[in-house]
Amino acid sequence: MQWTTRQTAMAEQGYIASDDLAMAVHLALSLGRPLLLEGAAGVGKTEVARVLATICDTQLIRLQCYEGLDAAQAIYEWNYQRQLLTIRAAAEDGETGRSVEQRIFSEEFLLERPLLKAIRQPQPPVLLIDEIDRADEEFEAYLLEVLSEYQISVPELGTLTATSRPIVILTANGSRDLSDALRRRCLYAHVDYPDRETELAILKARCGEVEDRLANQIIGFVQSLRQEELEKKPGIAEMLDFSAALMGLGIADLTEDPKLLQASLATLLKTEADRFNITTEIAQRLAGQAA
Amino acid sequence: MSQVTKFAARDPGPAARMAGFTAHLRAHGLRVGVGEADIALRALTHVQASNPEETRRALKTVCTGCAEDVAQFDNLFDSYWLNGGRVRQKIMPGLSETNSGSVQSSRPANTRQVAAGAGETTAPDDGNGEVEADGTGKLVATTVQNLMKKDLRDLVQPEDIAEAEVIARRLGAALRDRRSRRRKAARKGDQIHFRKLIRQSLSTGGEPLSLPKKHRPERPLKIAALCDVSGSMTLYAQVFLAFLAGLMRADPATDAYLFHTRLVRIADALRDKDTLRALGRLSVLADGFGGGSKIGQSLTQFSRTYARRFVDGRTVVLILSDGYDTNAPELLGTALAKLKNRGCKIIWLNPLKGWDGYQPIARGMAAALPHLDLFRPANRLADLAALEPELTRL
Repeated sequence: MQWTTRQTAMAEQGYIASDDLAMAVHLALSLGRPLLLEGAAGVGKTEVARVLATICDTQLIRLQCYEGLDAAQAIYEWNYQRQLLTIRAAAEDGETGRSVEQRIFSEEFLLERPLLKAIRQPQPPVLLIDEIDRADEEFEAYLLEVLSEYQISVPELGTLTATSRPIVILTANGSRDLSDALRRRCLYAHVDYPDRETELAILKARCGEVEDRLANQIIGFVQSLRQEELEKKPGIAEMLDFSAALMGLGIADLTEDPKLLQASLATLLKTEADRFNITTEIAQRLAGQAA
Repeated sequence: MSQVTKFAARDPGPAARMAGFTAHLRAHGLRVGVGEADIALRALTHVQASNPEETRRALKTVCTGCAEDVAQFDNLFDSYWLNGGRVRQKIMPGLSETNSGSVQSSRPANTRQVAAGAGETTAPDDGNGEVEADGTGKLVATTVQNLMKKDLRDLVQPEDIAEAEVIARRLGAALRDRRSRRRKAARKGDQIHFRKLIRQSLSTGGEPLSLPKKHRPERPLKIAALCDVSGSMTLYAQVFLAFLAGLMRADPATDAYLFHTRLVRIADALRDKDTLRALGRLSVLADGFGGGSKIGQSLTQFSRTYARRFVDGRTVVLILSDGYDTNAPELLGTALAKLKNRGCKIIWLNPLKGWDGYQPIARGMAAALPHLDLFRPANRLADLAALEPELTRL
């Protein structure tokens, strides 16, 4: 399969991928290797996984990382409450210790968490490991093992090998440096804010009813807003919210009502300092340039 | 297409070219190994390898690992594969090009010329050892590496170390009060360890007689200390070295470095049980003590080499320096930003800050400020002791 075919398939699902990203996705699928996506928040890293799941017509399994994430939340846990009840019930019935033990440490009592679930699907799912840089180094090291062996060992049950190899997408936005070992295990793509044409295509794909002139203005405005000194630059999701807000307010031209424009900036600027810095004058100047 | 590199006739084939390319990337600081060459070749079977743009994208995906790599990659790709049709002689790994010279090429040479005042300048050292040629004429400033061997035993007294050790121990303890977010089995704890409970209750017919607990274990913060021993710091070096020695003794996991015009790891020397012998070993290492200061360069070197191995999210980087730098301030800023990106905390202790009316106007210091978690004065042991509450809060 050609990488352009993947790009088109993604576009049909409303995801406009840059050439670099489409190639990375293509190779990740063809070579069966994990793909690490890095980039600022709001550039559509997570969305890649969702779209891939739709294209491949398979399940999306998501593991959200956070500091202190451990095996019990990421891989598996025993259903302790049920185990306890079973032991009590078995004691009443006079069942022997050995058979109880075998019963309560069977798969029936195993709670699958995302990593285990992902390797035990009949059809390869898309496994999204979101914000891997939030998890700590220990988890990263464990993940490396899972990603290279595709098997998980549970002391009471033995080794559970993968029935299918999931398509793994990892995302990171640079809250800390990832280990070289993890980077080397993965294919890599850096996802940047889209250029003008791509972003316009995204807007058209997601929000078809917006007029050409306004769409051009919106993209011009958002793109030049990203050039300003901001604490948090608006991402693609923010741009789409902004367009929806403008449509909802019935604005056909950005320069037509400074007050309304300023109010709708709430969808783009998410910190107080940014709101303060982008005054009505600046917003009007940017809108004027975009028009 | 015409600018695609022509390979020499004895070229053994695509695999060797790919190996040559990965060697080319490695020579320019990208972290690629044998595995990548293999994946790269396999990747090319999935794209139209005859199309340079497709090949470029495919190889970029495989061979890069971070945003900086991506920024470099296009040029490296062009210089290897799209060489304007010239014949590439050497395709086997082991390229002679290295980037080691790039850092020290122009700027240090200039400062030397200024410093030397008159006569021949001293040949720039290559960063690992003695100066190659000594200049004639007068040395005016201390930007030139001072080769006079100073005996650190004159500088640090054993009793100072004992005092510093007490303080260092307290500071270390203040930093170490950090609890993990994971839970581990423990005698006392705030949560029940269910896994253990089930196991134990099996033997009593499902009756949980004892409740095993789990708690959040303490996970110590490590300290990596970098001490400036350039000419301008000579006065304070005594205190700081004693402090470093104390830190090392309080916690063996501490890492220590000295820098002046280059960076030296002194952790192993300081770990020596015999205090005086430790200082003796140190004097040998610290050859160049009291010379010029290249903070930016030293920190860049640190963040590129040692920091990769020793600095992580649970490290506190302690810099003891006055911030007078002969390197450009931007270098210091980027080095600190890079260090910060590893998730560590950075504390800068500046002896000059203790002076009345001190403003961090040394350009290096000003560039460093935005990256620091804590910026405090320290010119006596008492000042260091006063840091304790601040560190607890960090």
